[in-house]
Amino acid sequence: MELLVALIIGVLVATGVYLCLRARTFSVVLGLTLLGYGVNVFLFSMGGLKINQVAVVGASADPTDPLTQALVLTAIVIGFAMTAFLVVLALRSQGEQHSDHVDGQDGEQRS
Amino acid sequence: MMLPAIVLLPLLAALLPMFTRHLGRRWCALLVALPVVAALGLLAQASLPIWEGGMQQWSMAWLPSLGLNLALRLDGLALLFCVLILGIGLLVVVYAHYYLPAKDDGGRFYTLLLLFMFSMLGVVTSDNLLFLVFFWELTSLSSFLLISYKQYDSAARKGARMALTVTGMGGLALLAGVLLIGHVVGSFSLSTVLENGALVQQHALYPVILCLVLLGAFTKSAQFPFHFWLPHAMAAPTPVSAYLHSATMVKAGIFLLARFYPVLAGTDLWFYLVTTAGMATLLWGAVWALFQHDLKGLLAFSTISHLGLITLLFGLNSPLAAVAGVFHIINHATFKAGLFMAAGIIDQQTGTRDMRRINGLWKYMPYTAVLAMVASAAMAGVPLLNGFLSKEMFFTETLQSDQLGAMSWLLPLGATLGGVFSVAYSARFIHDVFFNGEPVNLPKFPPQEPPRYMKIPVEILVALCVAVGVFPAITVAALLAVAATATLGGTLPEYHLAVWHGLNIPLLMSVIALVGGIAVYACRRRLFAWYARLPEIDAKRVFEGRIQAVVRLAAGVTRRLQTGSLQGYVAWVLALVAAVLVWQLPNLASVTGERAMLPVDGVSVLCALMLIAAALLTTVLHRQRMMAIICLSVVGLIVSLIFVRFSAPDLALTQLSVEVVSVLLLMLAMYFLPSRAKADSNPLRVSRDAVLAVLIGTGVAVVALLVMTTDTATISPFFLENSVPGGGGTNVVNVILVDFRGFDTFGEITVLGIAALGIYALLSDLKLASAKYDPFGRPWAHDAHPLVLVTLSRPLLPLALMIAVYIFLRGHNLPGGGFVAGLITSVALLLQYVASGVTWVHKRIPGDYHPLVALGVLLAGLTGVASWAFDAPFLTSTFTHVHLPLIGDFELASAMLFDTGVFLTVVGATLLILANLGKLSLLDDKKETT
Repeated sequence: MELLVALIIGVLVATGVYLCLRARTFSVVLGLTLLGYGVNVFLFSMGGLKINQVAVVGASADPTDPLTQALVLTAIVIGFAMTAFLVVLALRSQGEQHSDHVDGQDGEQRS
Repeated sequence: MMLPAIVLLPLLAALLPMFTRHLGRRWCALLVALPVVAALGLLAQASLPIWEGGMQQWSMAWLPSLGLNLALRLDGLALLFCVLILGIGLLVVVYAHYYLPAKDDGGRFYTLLLLFMFSMLGVVTSDNLLFLVFFWELTSLSSFLLISYKQYDSAARKGARMALTVTGMGGLALLAGVLLIGHVVGSFSLSTVLENGALVQQHALYPVILCLVLLGAFTKSAQFPFHFWLPHAMAAPTPVSAYLHSATMVKAGIFLLARFYPVLAGTDLWFYLVTTAGMATLLWGAVWALFQHDLKGLLAFSTISHLGLITLLFGLNSPLAAVAGVFHIINHATFKAGLFMAAGIIDQQTGTRDMRRINGLWKYMPYTAVLAMVASAAMAGVPLLNGFLSKEMFFTETLQSDQLGAMSWLLPLGATLGGVFSVAYSARFIHDVFFNGEPVNLPKFPPQEPPRYMKIPVEILVALCVAVGVFPAITVAALLAVAATATLGGTLPEYHLAVWHGLNIPLLMSVIALVGGIAVYACRRRLFAWYARLPEIDAKRVFEGRIQAVVRLAAGVTRRLQTGSLQGYVAWVLALVAAVLVWQLPNLASVTGERAMLPVDGVSVLCALMLIAAALLTTVLHRQRMMAIICLSVVGLIVSLIFVRFSAPDLALTQLSVEVVSVLLLMLAMYFLPSRAKADSNPLRVSRDAVLAVLIGTGVAVVALLVMTTDTATISPFFLENSVPGGGGTNVVNVILVDFRGFDTFGEITVLGIAALGIYALLSDLKLASAKYDPFGRPWAHDAHPLVLVTLSRPLLPLALMIAVYIFLRGHNLPGGGFVAGLITSVALLLQYVASGVTWVHKRIPGDYHPLVALGVLLAGLTGVASWAFDAPFLTSTFTHVHLPLIGDFELASAMLFDTGVFLTVVGATLLILANLGKLSLLDDKKETT
């Protein structure tokens, strides 16, 4: 199961990185969202995986790590706020520069 | 408390001209002179124990954990320097009053001068090495301001810049050296370091330490090859030169050599480095001094030469030589300050400093002439003047050094040669300026004696030269003895201060120097002609050129890296990550740890495959935006299933509700951002990014796998055990959020609030032209609010709100809590926006969400502050059980109030973001209809 989760993390991070490197703001937003998923699952998995061992006192014999969950919980919400900020930044850039290129202008492709 | 007062008085005085400058220069001079006099008085009192072999110390803990104490120490050496700094400083204050041009109110000048005096006092009295470096840098900065005092003069600015660059770099080296000393000794206290010289010298880092400290000293004291900045610092007003280049600034380097003498000196490396630098500087300065036609230029090179002489003495590794070095510090300070002041008088009275034009001034200003002549005779080392005594000691010491073995004769030879040129340039100063025919075409003619009181500082200094020269035993002996004792850090060698030592080789060397010097001066015409044929090297231009080259190089590198392309920057950062992974990951012995993996089941595999397929599809279809969003939402949903599967119901709930708002957000973004079907990345770039993505993805997956299968000790058992007794709740995740790590959460909701406000600000006045058609050319549907959705959504609202309240209340004990409840409430309200439109919703509920955000953060903060009332730290929680009729026994925790704050912030922020984004389309609609 761990291998499966690691695979998922790898795919999420890889697709996220690839999309972050695109030139258009919308793709970058998609990429950051994917990367965010990957990072959240990664952080979550740092506590180790347990099935049916909810971190509620008295509900399970060998509760899972609650700390990573608490960290990831806020990370999810903040991640949303940051994505929203990015979207609005992209909109603003579109409004001011009339371009959705991350560099603010459609120039020649730089390598 | 006397020591800090001595150091701080000049700082106080530096502030006074700010208030008195409108009263004119006389008041400024008087008001800054008084604190200096007071400091001298305090110094006299503080010095009482020092004459009996003791010392004064004062310290105050500041940052003890970093070894930073405000510590001062007054021993013999510090006393000597304090006397020079304050004494000559006072004379310069008086002199400058008469020197400065009439229209200058002196405010800025005196402030800078006193600031410099303060920094110098700090350098010489610091008992903490870091403190010393701080003052050292302060001298560099304040001397920069003093040298560039004539801001309108490009030469002054360039000279100041050069001085700052050279001494500033030396300061950095000194800092590094001091940090290493602290590392080796284990303390930054100067007193401790002075006692542990052997420890430093035996350490493997000794050569590095020595080189770094010497770099600091040599740059400050203008030792070869760092001497070139000093002549250009002559662009400063003459009182500044008299102060900086006789007693203070350049002597700071010498002070450093003397201060660290017990710690660093005594080794062969010290001998070779310091002696070589000293000898080279001595000869270089002495020879070129003769050829300077500028009066101050001659004095500048002579200063370089004398600094070299002192450095050479410290390099000889003999206690007697060190005594001679300390003695020459005193002598050089007195005669050189006097000479600079005399040069300033001549400059002021004739309007020029060119010695080819200034001749025969004896006729016009005989009194000044006498003073200048005595001072230059002292500089030349003429008997019965102070320079003679220390130079005699210098000659003796060079004769006695045998560290060069068979080449030992080089030292006395070099010393005599230096003496010859020293006499030659002193002779030129006397003969060329005061005799040698008539003045040539002076800008001011005829020159006159300066105002009476302007000569007083010069008179005092010249009188000191004579007094020390004739009666060394009763004038300077005591001060020299305590200073030399402190320098050597122990017993004083046997020495004898006297004018007459009998007929011996040093006397012969003096005679050779005198006769030879006059002979050299006699054939000056041929020498000047030779000099004139030399290719002209302007150190300033060379230096500026090199600086420009460095700047160009830096600009070039910056242009290459800072292309302005954010896409490029991201690629660089990610490439670096990939490089680290590629570099380190192959070193792993195994990608799995010792813990056995959980068994795999079919449903999990199926879900994982769906997620992977959806993520890949999002990437492949990212230009077909609707499809990409749908795929992305599949990914998000399966991520929340992962949380469900691995015992994280709180996360699953949060992820699920965030997913809804995220998709709404992306839909809005899609609506406004231009659609674009064409690919605009070239294949090369695509493959480069793909490689980066695969590398980083693999790396992160490997790290995750390794950590997941490794048993690690965590702090989580603490939370599990203390959740009920400490936080009063069984849902450990929620208790961590609102109680154990409540401060974190508080920070996080603040970030959430700030992000929402930032978004609000970014959206204000934003005008966007949204597309009328979708990418396939079809117009957007006009049916904005489908009837089915509207009808279904309305009864959903109270139900959803009820669930939110339920989730919120049970949060402390079962999965749920403020974050999730807030998100559910937001989703329920957003559904109304989507179904019925912004206008409809805002008719029914106030659409202003900022107060909600503020209220939430405030409530959470106040809950934290409230614990102060019970003498508990910020955010301490408490809980109690209450019994209500009908409902029964339930628990009330103060954390619940905090969670309410979280709830309000989440609702406020989410709605603020999305409602305002949604309003943009409203503006667009209005534009359309009008």
